[in-house]
Amino acid sequence: MARAVRFAIDAAANALRALSFDQRMAAGLFAAMALLPLLSPVFGGSYLLLVGERAMIFAIAAISLELLIGAGGLVSFGHAAFLGIGAYAAGIAASHGLGTLSVALPAALAASALFAALTGAIAVRTRGVYFIMITLAFGQMAYFVAISLAPYGGDDGLTWPGRTLVLGTRLLESRTAFFYATLVFAAATYVLVSRLIASRFGRVLRGLTDSETRMQAIGFAPYPYRLAAYIIACTICGLAGFLLGNQVEFVSPAYMHWQRSGELIVMVLLGGTGTVYGPIVGALAFLMLEETLSRLTEHWKAIVGPLLVLVVLFAKGGIAGAIEAWRRRKMTPAQLLAELGRRAREAIARAGHFVREVTAASRQFARRLAASGSARLRQWVAVLRRWLDALILLARRGAAEVGIRAEPWKRALWRLLESVVLSAERGIAAALDRWRRR
Amino acid sequence: MSKAILHLRHLSKSFGALKVTDAVDLEILAGETHAIIGPNGAGKTTLVNQISGAVAPDAGRIMFDGRDVTALPMPARAHLGLARSFQITQVLPRFTVLENVALAVQACSGSSFRFWQPAGPEDALNAPAEKALQVAELASRAHTLAGSLSHGEKRRLELAIALAQAPKLLLLDEPTAGAGAEETRHLIGTLNGLKRQYTIILIEHDMQAVFALADRISVLVEGRIIATGCPQAVRTNPRVRAAYLGEAA
Repeated sequence: MARAVRFAIDAAANALRALSFDQRMAAGLFAAMALLPLLSPVFGGSYLLLVGERAMIFAIAAISLELLIGAGGLVSFGHAAFLGIGAYAAGIAASHGLGTLSVALPAALAASALFAALTGAIAVRTRGVYFIMITLAFGQMAYFVAISLAPYGGDDGLTWPGRTLVLGTRLLESRTAFFYATLVFAAATYVLVSRLIASRFGRVLRGLTDSETRMQAIGFAPYPYRLAAYIIACTICGLAGFLLGNQVEFVSPAYMHWQRSGELIVMVLLGGTGTVYGPIVGALAFLMLEETLSRLTEHWKAIVGPLLVLVVLFAKGGIAGAIEAWRRRKMTPAQLLAELGRRAREAIARAGHFVREVTAASRQFARRLAASGSARLRQWVAVLRRWLDALILLARRGAAEVGIRAEPWKRALWRLLESVVLSAERGIAAALDRWRRR
Repeated sequence: MSKAILHLRHLSKSFGALKVTDAVDLEILAGETHAIIGPNGAGKTTLVNQISGAVAPDAGRIMFDGRDVTALPMPARAHLGLARSFQITQVLPRFTVLENVALAVQACSGSSFRFWQPAGPEDALNAPAEKALQVAELASRAHTLAGSLSHGEKRRLELAIALAQAPKLLLLDEPTAGAGAEETRHLIGTLNGLKRQYTIILIEHDMQAVFALADRISVLVEGRIIATGCPQAVRTNPRVRAAYLGEAA
């Protein structure tokens, strides 16, 4: 018995060693997700599984988008259209009594592939900003078509009669079964896309991103490879749409809106392009941010926005890029923690320094303001004041929204924001006063 | 060594009012190393771009290996056996040296619409690639990222990629561009070893390289070929001397 266990452990260790870092990270993520149903009775109940399902579904969409962005250099701003197309195709099939796995899933994939082939045939001829714009246009086209689909709910969306039947059973109605179904599909997508990227085809696709001129000179015409990649990626996103529709038993045009496409891009960038596990991390991180911040305030996007700017500025490769950078420095976890602590202290010190600098500068500015008296400056100051007033209002409303019973740190956060803005406001008011007295 | 593998007939190209290629007639014989020289701005690279298919000529014909390829795009010409290197290095920076060359092998061996098997360990791609790297004397750097090579090494990689295509005609656009004196001497040595096995068009500024390698030389001035012949004849041609020394013949 002990020998069998040791043998199993050895085999697992060997298998793990044979995997690349990317594969190990993905395996770890999927294994952690697989444990979620065990945790759910303790934390969050079925809500935890709901979030997990959503994360896996968006991980599928993000991985498929990574195939386009990371490997193909094609930033699609209409990728979410395929979430909707997959969900609509399966939903429409279901509303006609064809909600079985053997019909609904192929319908979702085929509809996505078809729309991808038609739009991709044109879009893939362009590059860069033009590709972004044309995919955005096609995505919005799909969105407006869905709105005008009156027989299938139009603007209000289409409620599915139920989840897709598997071999005539309601297997997917079970929370656990559906959760594992999304997990298996996500893992399969990961394997498929990472093999694709390493294959002959993937090499050509990546080569075209590196230097199109070189690839043409050795005999690769870019168009068929890019079109094939586009169709494959969009079909996989159609799978995510099929699952998303199943999860909520509903589909609406909102699935296809360009903001959703933007969120998919954010997931890929946040997780880190150039890796296949990155988009999974990105989807998880984005959804967790959404979950926690949207409870804090309805203006949660105002926090995600600056956060993304920080990621793009300071961690170009996203989360995966940061992990890669630390890995290259070959640190042990303890060293890593120490390093993180040091950096945090440094950042705090720098922030303090920054605040002092800004205070000094603003005082100086106030003095200068008092000394001068130009009308234009006065206008600018008025605009600044109005803006600060709005911020104060936001901070107070945020504090009110959080309520008295909220956790102390949330209230503290809002109060901090309020006091910072108030002091800035007071500084300007004082400057204006001095100015007027002159 | 008598049959022409490439035949340019009255090739013309203008950028606006500037005639970059002016009714060029040129025959490249199978097996020869043919250098095209000329002062800066003579239109050498534009000529190469038309031969390789990167730029379409306004008029004239390009016959390659008995076929009219004037209308064929660059990838199709590559498949016919026309390989080129670039004056401004064009390698795939995020691929290793070996992968760069293996991709060139892949382009001419089997379909690239294979989605499942990893290409990295494929011996049918790596073995010819390694051979090409050995010829270009870059085998020791096979697993380095191409983006982190030195400039001279990148020039060698350009050569290895072209060799891996098993070309009928090698178009080398200034293979020694930007390389130091030592590196240039070294590259000339490598090219000298190749010149009997391949038909080569050599665009070059470095006269040392040209006279060491070329069987025949064509001189391009202001889009026109003013002289073609063996190195000795070209060296003593008064019009060539005038073009290079800037005095009336």
